[in-house]
Amino acid sequence: MTGQSTVVMQVQNLRVKALETGDTILNGVSFELKAGEIFALVGESGSGKSVTSLAAMRLLPTALGITDGEVRVAGLDLLELPEADMQTVRGERVAMIFQNAMSALNPVQMVGEQVAETLRLHTSLRGGALRRRVMQLFAEVGIQSPDERYGFYPHQLSGGQQQRVMIAMALACEPDILIADEPTTALDVTIQQQVLALIRGLTRSRQLAVLLITHDMGVVRNTADEVAVMYRGEIIERAPVDTFFRNPKEAYSRRLIEALPDLTDFHSAFEGEALLQLDDVKVHFPIRKGILQRITDYVRAVDGVSLSIGRGETYALVGESGSGKSTLGRAILNLDRISAGKISFQGLPIHSLNRRALLPYRKKIQVIFQNPFSSMNPRLTVREIIREGVDSLMGLPVAEREQRISALLERVQLGAEFSQRYPHELSGGQLQRVAIARALAVEPELIICDEPTSALDVSIRAEVLDLLEELQSEFGVSYLFITHDLSIVPGLAHRVGVMQSGRLVEQGTAEEILTRPQHPYTQALLASVPRVDAAWSPDSIKE
Amino acid sequence: MKPLLLWSDVLIYILVLALCLFFLRLRRDPQTREHWRRVFSTRLGMVTFTLILVYVGIALLDSLHFRRALEPVEGAQSSEVFYNNQVTSALDVMLVGMGERFERTYSAPFALKSFAKQNMKDENGLLYRDFPLLDHAGRHLSKPAERWADVVARTLWALVFGLLISAVLVGVQWAFLRRSALPWYASWATQTVVICLAVWLVLISRYYHVLGTDRGGVDVAYQSIKGVRTAVLLGTLATLIMLPIAVTLGVMAGYFKGWVDDVVQYLYTTMSSIPGILLIAASVLLFQVYIDLNPDFFSTGMEKADARFIALCFILGVTSWSSLCRLIRGETLKISQLEFVQAAHAFGVSHSRIVMRHILPNVVHIILITFVLDFSSLVLAEAVLSYIGVGIDPAMGSWGNMINSARSELSREPVVWWTLSGAFFFMFVLVLAANLFADLVRDAFDPRTGSGVAPA
Repeated sequence: MTGQSTVVMQVQNLRVKALETGDTILNGVSFELKAGEIFALVGESGSGKSVTSLAAMRLLPTALGITDGEVRVAGLDLLELPEADMQTVRGERVAMIFQNAMSALNPVQMVGEQVAETLRLHTSLRGGALRRRVMQLFAEVGIQSPDERYGFYPHQLSGGQQQRVMIAMALACEPDILIADEPTTALDVTIQQQVLALIRGLTRSRQLAVLLITHDMGVVRNTADEVAVMYRGEIIERAPVDTFFRNPKEAYSRRLIEALPDLTDFHSAFEGEALLQLDDVKVHFPIRKGILQRITDYVRAVDGVSLSIGRGETYALVGESGSGKSTLGRAILNLDRISAGKISFQGLPIHSLNRRALLPYRKKIQVIFQNPFSSMNPRLTVREIIREGVDSLMGLPVAEREQRISALLERVQLGAEFSQRYPHELSGGQLQRVAIARALAVEPELIICDEPTSALDVSIRAEVLDLLEELQSEFGVSYLFITHDLSIVPGLAHRVGVMQSGRLVEQGTAEEILTRPQHPYTQALLASVPRVDAAWSPDSIKE
Repeated sequence: MKPLLLWSDVLIYILVLALCLFFLRLRRDPQTREHWRRVFSTRLGMVTFTLILVYVGIALLDSLHFRRALEPVEGAQSSEVFYNNQVTSALDVMLVGMGERFERTYSAPFALKSFAKQNMKDENGLLYRDFPLLDHAGRHLSKPAERWADVVARTLWALVFGLLISAVLVGVQWAFLRRSALPWYASWATQTVVICLAVWLVLISRYYHVLGTDRGGVDVAYQSIKGVRTAVLLGTLATLIMLPIAVTLGVMAGYFKGWVDDVVQYLYTTMSSIPGILLIAASVLLFQVYIDLNPDFFSTGMEKADARFIALCFILGVTSWSSLCRLIRGETLKISQLEFVQAAHAFGVSHSRIVMRHILPNVVHIILITFVLDFSSLVLAEAVLSYIGVGIDPAMGSWGNMINSARSELSREPVVWWTLSGAFFFMFVLVLAANLFADLVRDAFDPRTGSGVAPA
């Protein structure tokens, strides 16, 4: 934060090209890491932030090559070192942690052993001393009862615990520099918060220089000391965090910041007739055991949820992964059978209808999925994808169908020229627009949006959300908005329900939930939402 | 002349037609077209595909069967025409009587004398024992020493002819395809080599037995060529019998899950825990008994052999579906959990339409890869089965039978090596071509190795 801290790593004018096509990937990136500070590199996917860290560590895939620049660590230029010396630099001076801890850990080895392995390579510790050192590291990264966890296999640990093991492994050799590439993206918000606090704490206590790569402005706000925004292979803006958030210079940076939630502006509560009504809905999946496949127990994915959604209303269902919110969405769509309770649409029960009797309701309830890449058949064109529902549910003459598809594409801001393309030719944001058009094609009254923006970049996320909102005022559709991200709720939802392990722990208007949460779980969720209040200071996070 | 339609002839033409239609249909999908382009943009793809087409061509020609009319017997009253019991095919005509020049027994390639001694009488009526001259080899030579000079001269002639014919054929293709970006020249080179070889073989085998003769005095080169039809037909037919079973059961198990899945899994685990050879041998013997008990069903020996052959294809097909079924079940399980299938459910699309539109097109690459890979393994399986004596009827030419007979020949002194070599050469070229082609197809179609394919 202050000028006196020593510069540990200096990257200067780093340039990377794609060897085959000659495209420039990095165009002269320069920055320095200081001891005891976190330097955040922010940008959307494809902006070159991960390439920067890989290039600095000389771990680039073979298709890319460094054309210019230098990376100085303790007076050495890493780009000139022989590969053998580079090996020691990677282990002992610079450590890296990655987004997906599960795939970075060896699934058939005990986690303690994996950390010990690293220590054995780089230090002379053996036997009892080695084990004690591992325990010590585990304790330092906040793994409870390290003695017991030593013998665990990666799948027995939660995502947050796995990431802690990765951090322990990275710290094992006392590095000066830590490169963290999207370390919390795969984690739930509350866990994300804890891991970030840990990294922050370690930075201070060990005087580490941290390069934090992320796409999430909230993470930057809460963790970093200095921030650099990357756009198309260049650093377009660089500033201390406080200055940056108070006074961003570039339009692009402003867009990234604006994507953060504003917790003051809410939709007013909604008055209107109930379109969808759930009464004590339960979805239980049987656990079968033994040779006769006897049902021994149930997974209670959804365990008694009651809610109602009005016409033209947006109901946000918030919860962490595994809380049963997606299963509830599938149950409303009748893709999963409910075990008890009642689902009624416009006052009529629909949960017990058979395939044929359900067809009229299929038209009225539609869905948009999280992953736009897997929600489209890769072998059909955009036109065919959108036509599917029209063909199946609307008895329209062929010419009218074609017209309708073109109009819809136009409406979701894609244009008719997209109709002959295949999904792999489109970007994630474009695909999600196609998914919206597909759902709208049958003129539904309720659309279940299952995390529709969580696979998208921040700036595109805002565009898709805006589009959804426009469509709501235009067609009067209701949304059941399933999300793990409380931060998108304020500008979007009229009412909010918070789910935890299959139960709705709290529901109310968006304003009530976000300003006066009653249930402790809601409070925890809310506390971990990144915000851009001026009063917010990164050091105020408790560990 | 009386045309004769064997069941296998009908089948092979239907098969080839169906395959052509299938590929034409696939061509409509631009992604698939791109994949095929990848296969054919390599020289290896072109060469192997040309070779496979040559084999298929030979098999098709060999499937136009007819029976020759016999010369009316001197003094016969009725004007009724009798037909030869021997079945001839268009290929036999093109080989200009290669299969009709029988010797007494073994003879080595290009030999003038038989391989076995025989009792003969000289002009004076004295009995002596020596290697007799062959009936159909080198009879035109005045001195045996001229043999190799003669062979070289005739080879050169054949080359000239071969080059002329291929020049015409390649010229026509060149006129149409010279602007194509694909490496057609590789295919043309292969065609030229194949045509020259064929012309040489046909011309020179009027004067010599190029690959010698076997125990019954039949030309080995002729037998090897006749084996092509058996191998190609067995490879495709057995695979095509297996495919619908595997695909239907696999997709059903993966899509409907529940008890359907249980039944299908039970079926294929049971199937794959019975030794394959045992099952096949038992079924073939069962069918053989049926043929022997009902001799009236078949008017010629060829028809009998044909029935047994089709039964064998059928049995091979029915017993080998489990591995593909397992693959397709797994893939279907995965695909049916994907969100585009869920979306289709939400649109109320019917089960059959979901399977046809969403599931099948996404498992086609597995089917294609398996088809090409299994082809070569089935050709090899035929050789194994014939070797243990439950394969093709000996009346029908097959490489397996040739290899089977080579068992005793290899233990002779001096060794009779040409029967085995003939069968081996033809089989090797086909299986190698099919395997290399299968590799290319897999590389192009497998989404995990492909680069231009969207993640599924």
